[in-house]
Amino acid sequence: MSLLTVRGLTVDFGSGVRAVAGLDLDLAAGQVLGVVGESGSGKSVTSLAVLGLLPRDARVGGEIHFDGRELTGLDRRSLRRLRGNRIAMVFQDPLSCLNPYYPVAFQIAEAYRAHHRAGRKAAHRVAVRMLERVGIPEPERRARSYPHEFSGGMRQRVMIAMALCLEPDLLIADEPTTALDVTVQAQILGLLRELRQEAGTAIMLITHDMGVVAGLADHVVVMHDGRAVERGTVHDVFHRPQEAYTRGLLACVPRIDGPLPHRLPTLEASS
Amino acid sequence: MILYLLRRLAVTALILLVICAATFAIFYLMPADPAQGACGKACSPERLAGIRATLGLDRSPFAQFGDYLGGILSGRTYGTGAQAVPCPFPCLGFSFQTNRPVWEMLTARLPVSVSIAAGAAVLWLAVGVAAGVVSALRRGSLWDRAAMTAALGGVSLPVYFTALVLQYLLVVRLNVLPYPTAVPLTEDPAGWAQSMVMPWITLAMLYAGVYARVTRSEMLESLGQNYVRTARAKGLAEVTVVRRHALRPALMPIVTIFGMDLGALLGGALITESVFGLPGVGKLAADAIAGADQPVILGVTLVAACFVVLANLVVDLVYAVLDPRVRAVA
Repeated sequence: MSLLTVRGLTVDFGSGVRAVAGLDLDLAAGQVLGVVGESGSGKSVTSLAVLGLLPRDARVGGEIHFDGRELTGLDRRSLRRLRGNRIAMVFQDPLSCLNPYYPVAFQIAEAYRAHHRAGRKAAHRVAVRMLERVGIPEPERRARSYPHEFSGGMRQRVMIAMALCLEPDLLIADEPTTALDVTVQAQILGLLRELRQEAGTAIMLITHDMGVVAGLADHVVVMHDGRAVERGTVHDVFHRPQEAYTRGLLACVPRIDGPLPHRLPTLEASS
Repeated sequence: MILYLLRRLAVTALILLVICAATFAIFYLMPADPAQGACGKACSPERLAGIRATLGLDRSPFAQFGDYLGGILSGRTYGTGAQAVPCPFPCLGFSFQTNRPVWEMLTARLPVSVSIAAGAAVLWLAVGVAAGVVSALRRGSLWDRAAMTAALGGVSLPVYFTALVLQYLLVVRLNVLPYPTAVPLTEDPAGWAQSMVMPWITLAMLYAGVYARVTRSEMLESLGQNYVRTARAKGLAEVTVVRRHALRPALMPIVTIFGMDLGALLGGALITESVFGLPGVGKLAADAIAGADQPVILGVTLVAACFVVLANLVVDLVYAVLDPRVRAVA
């Protein structure tokens, strides 16, 4: 049973740019779908379209079904109830995505309180528990810290704690490891893998990093110019890519187990 | 935080010292002779010499500055023996025109200036910020364009024009308000408010426009921040997103300009007070300038500068309270 079904999704901006041009996606409950593509391929716009977070000048066409419910054209109130509660999102660059004016626990707790009748203290306890769950040391003490007092990896853990405090059915992770160094990337991916196994949360993993997809996803969709150019299991797409674009994308990534080419191939710029 | 506070207080004290030196220099080192001013038109050379000795003008500029500073900090005595005139702390000298202590004259006028400034500040802050927020949320709408045009009009209209139009409309034509007089708040709150309404509106029209435009641009910037998108992604109600996540950062620059504007206004709204004939510090300054009453001009300048400096200190402390990153650096 598909949890998220996207059919013929189009996103146009007021400037005349068509960012997504007829995209189809399917994500089953508990599965991880990797959406890969170069910058400007429409990955992030797709994720924002699912949550209805696109700027006002964006026009969304097509269908987005979540758990049998059509999301495009959903009223604000119903959309707000879904956000955070059933579909949560982790963004790239956690420093700019966390509000610098509030302690991290407050920001987690307010997400919890937005959907549950809970007092400040009870919500704070949930926040501390979530911080502990995502591996923040001394969660009770660090709960009162501000985002600028955390490292990049810790901030992303806070973002994940915030996204998962309501136990959503779907987590959209938009480039969750891009702003992080390699060791911290591995920690965050490990954390996402753990959370998926423990809570059975479906993950839509948006990235331009093929390695991240290979390590976490079950299925993968390759996007180019707002369209899906190839889709399949991770094994199939990585080992038997059908499309020239996918082969090109994979060729751009140096292999750790193969000879290092003198010069890495590059893709031609998108139109 | 305590260290930050102490550091800021030390810097403030230093700035106040520089202001004292600058005002002193203006008063004593300019070509106009203070003794001549104190003596009046029919002045004999003996009397002029006597006044010069009483005011200490025959001493070196450094010694005079020491006396001046000492007078402000602990009071001083002009002249000696039977001619001695005590000037209690904080001594800003005596008015050439009324012979009253400048500090006494200032404190008598301050309640009027504070009433005007505080009431106007509440009005312009409420109207300006509210208009700016709504304009930002309805960017490009008819409201936005109308509010921003009105803001531009408010900023462009001179205070004396607005004041006269208001007086003509509300006092002369419609007869809904009395002509403003200095009614103490403690004696007659309703009369005080009635007298202050026009000065408040006059000043608020000038400032609210600036605040609306600044709030609008700051709100537009903060609404585009990634953490506002995160707040929406969490499922927070739009009113919470705007109030908690967009407005608070947008208010930081408002705090800065508000502190400066209020500080400056507490030192007297010269034109507003003069047009409405209200006996505030600004009117005192205007009268002193017209009468070349140097000690009063000096006193008003010093007190007004102190208000601005102290307002800035308060702004810095409020900043540290509002923004944890400033606290961290502090």
